[in-house]
Amino acid sequence: MLGKTAGSLYWMARYLERSENNARLIEAGFRIALTRSNTAQAEWRSVLVTAGSDRRFKEAHGDYNSSRVVDFLLRDPANPSSIISVVKQARDNARTARTYLTREVWEAVNTSWMTLGGLLRRQVREDDLPDVLAAIRQQSAQVRGAWTGTMLRNDGYNFARLGTFLERADNTARILDVKYFLLLPSVAHIGTSIDNVQWETILRSVSAHRAYRWLYGTEISALKIAEFLILYKQMPRSLAFCCDKMLENLDWLQRSYGQETEAGRLAAAICRDRLSRPIQSIFDGGLHEYITDFLRANAALARQIERDYRFVE
Amino acid sequence: MQGQGGETRAPYREFCEWFDAEEPSRIHRKAQQAEAFFRTTGITFAVYGQDEADERLIPFDVVPRIISASEWRRLSRGIEQRVRALNAFLHDIYHRQEILRAGRVPTELISRNEAFLPMMMGMDPPGGVYTHISGIDIVRTGANEFYVLEDNARTPSGVSYMLENRETMLQMFPELFAKVPVREVSDYPINLLRSLAACAPPMCGGTPTVAVLTPGIHNSAYFEHSFLADQMGAELVEGHDLRVVNGRVAMRTTQGYKPIDVLYRRVDDDFLDPLNFRPDSVLGVPGIWDVYRAGGITIANAPGTGIADDKALYSYMPDIIEFYTGEKALLPNVPTWRCSEPEHLKEVLDRLPELVVKEVHGSGGYGMLVGPAATKKEIAAFRKKLEANPRGYIAQPTLSLSTVPIFTRSGLAPRHVDLRPFVLMSPAGITITPGGLTRVAMTKGSLVVNSSQGGGTKDTWVLED
Repeated sequence: MLGKTAGSLYWMARYLERSENNARLIEAGFRIALTRSNTAQAEWRSVLVTAGSDRRFKEAHGDYNSSRVVDFLLRDPANPSSIISVVKQARDNARTARTYLTREVWEAVNTSWMTLGGLLRRQVREDDLPDVLAAIRQQSAQVRGAWTGTMLRNDGYNFARLGTFLERADNTARILDVKYFLLLPSVAHIGTSIDNVQWETILRSVSAHRAYRWLYGTEISALKIAEFLILYKQMPRSLAFCCDKMLENLDWLQRSYGQETEAGRLAAAICRDRLSRPIQSIFDGGLHEYITDFLRANAALARQIERDYRFVE
Repeated sequence: MQGQGGETRAPYREFCEWFDAEEPSRIHRKAQQAEAFFRTTGITFAVYGQDEADERLIPFDVVPRIISASEWRRLSRGIEQRVRALNAFLHDIYHRQEILRAGRVPTELISRNEAFLPMMMGMDPPGGVYTHISGIDIVRTGANEFYVLEDNARTPSGVSYMLENRETMLQMFPELFAKVPVREVSDYPINLLRSLAACAPPMCGGTPTVAVLTPGIHNSAYFEHSFLADQMGAELVEGHDLRVVNGRVAMRTTQGYKPIDVLYRRVDDDFLDPLNFRPDSVLGVPGIWDVYRAGGITIANAPGTGIADDKALYSYMPDIIEFYTGEKALLPNVPTWRCSEPEHLKEVLDRLPELVVKEVHGSGGYGMLVGPAATKKEIAAFRKKLEANPRGYIAQPTLSLSTVPIFTRSGLAPRHVDLRPFVLMSPAGITITPGGLTRVAMTKGSLVVNSSQGGGTKDTWVLED
């Protein structure tokens, strides 16, 4: 397969994952803004930081007005992380790799671009926002469904899955970091029971508040949430889950190509060194430091994948 | 669809029976479904100079254009003869130039032709094939009168529409195909692959690797490029995926560089090789020319083939056919005035309001004058252009083109059409897909069918015997 095609499949999957993550973040922020107007500004800011768009937003708009933030995150073409920009990039990558997609997958991506383009043509009214966000998640689920149901389990499949999990791991780590950094600045809070609404938003943004309660009951602590989002392997958005999957995809590629790669070695090292120890030891070394290190390792892995599989010259 | 007397022409009889029994509202609904189908599939073309997001649909008409088996036999014999002659002509022009020595075609027509490639002199393309893929535009003026309007030997496009139009009709009106015996077009991609593979270069070892070279997703015909690569199971490559490695053109795969044997290129000659042609181009492959010359790759269509698309040369096609085949042309040309010749120019200038005048190197319906549809002012302006550069133009009469019906809000209505059958050539012979792309002037009375000028398309049916 062409290196360019592998890269396009990988980036298509990354952008699709990003659009879904951003929709989840907006949803979490919106809920807070509705229920707690006094912390809304801080919450919107943390959403923007997580999405990596805070600086760009501040330069363009200044204060964290709810409808302005939502509009910026949903449909500003000048914001490369806005849903509309990201979906467009997913579609462009899908077009480039079109010969490797089944008709169903291509049509799901194209339909998603057309549908969201229509929904986001005008500024979304506050009372329409829940429906629009649901539609974004639904489009993404449709692409994923077409993908799972029709694609050959070949190298192309593995490149796209790599993109999905790399992006998702990055996102979960950012959510944790932002929440930790912004909301738990004092060491005294660590390990103690935390604000009900805050933890709900963290979990909501990864669609896991119900799963958490099911697993941990009523015990709500930074330690447990971090354990759930970092180490809990049955949770599809946890770092451990994502890394396991990346390792699987890279193993598949190494076996199929008969070529050991540096990327495979890096992924194995992340799983081994960072995700195979108790949560307490992670906290002992400092959660923020841990996450910063993880984000850096994840980004290095991404660069190595591009090199090993010749996405670009 | 109807003959001179108003009776339904034979090939349309079964279709008409079906059509008359259908509710117009149902057909209307299906027509709308067809549009949604095209949109979802992404069968669009980008309009240059406009917002890149502006991908347009080519209007699709649900009424097929139907050609009887015997009409098709006549047509395809004429097309085959023409393509054979074109290929022989190209070989001659790039070798001994007998036809110029014999004075049958003026030398300056070649020497002044921008598409003429001196570097091809004396070269033998693998398999001796220049026009691997060609499209011959044909118009009909009466029951048994077909004329060739234009030859497209450079990179004829539209074959994906031929295939998708059929696919759409099969989805919308499956029952119709049980009633009417229509010949298949769906084996075009496999024939294309076979025919390209049969022209593998001398250095090819084993099964030839075929790839399609596209300028990328912003090209107006990108849909077609990816469609063809997909259907053939070939790689779709861009210039930056390729480089010369060990004397072969190779593509960058996830496991390193792998050689390509046959490149179906959809970029023009000028852009093929920045080392040997235009240095500013990033669409091609530096050094591909040297690999080509050494027999390391087949380029389809062969470089320099575009001279056959020249509209001034077109007017000599009957002579060219006779010269190489020893037979009269089975399909006539549309009578053509060459404005480069003083008497012709005089006549053209006298009769401008009734003629169609085209640029010799033009394409896509740009830069032409359709006399009967033009205003006095437009004609006057065109007269000036013509007088300033007569060599740049040819003129043709506006033929009384036959019409076929399209489906409109108020029922069936006649529109002018042309037909582009697609022809594949390999050392084993010539294959013509039964059908082709029918383009329709969607505006009442209009003669312009180009998609860039608002033309539409419809499915083309060649009936079984």
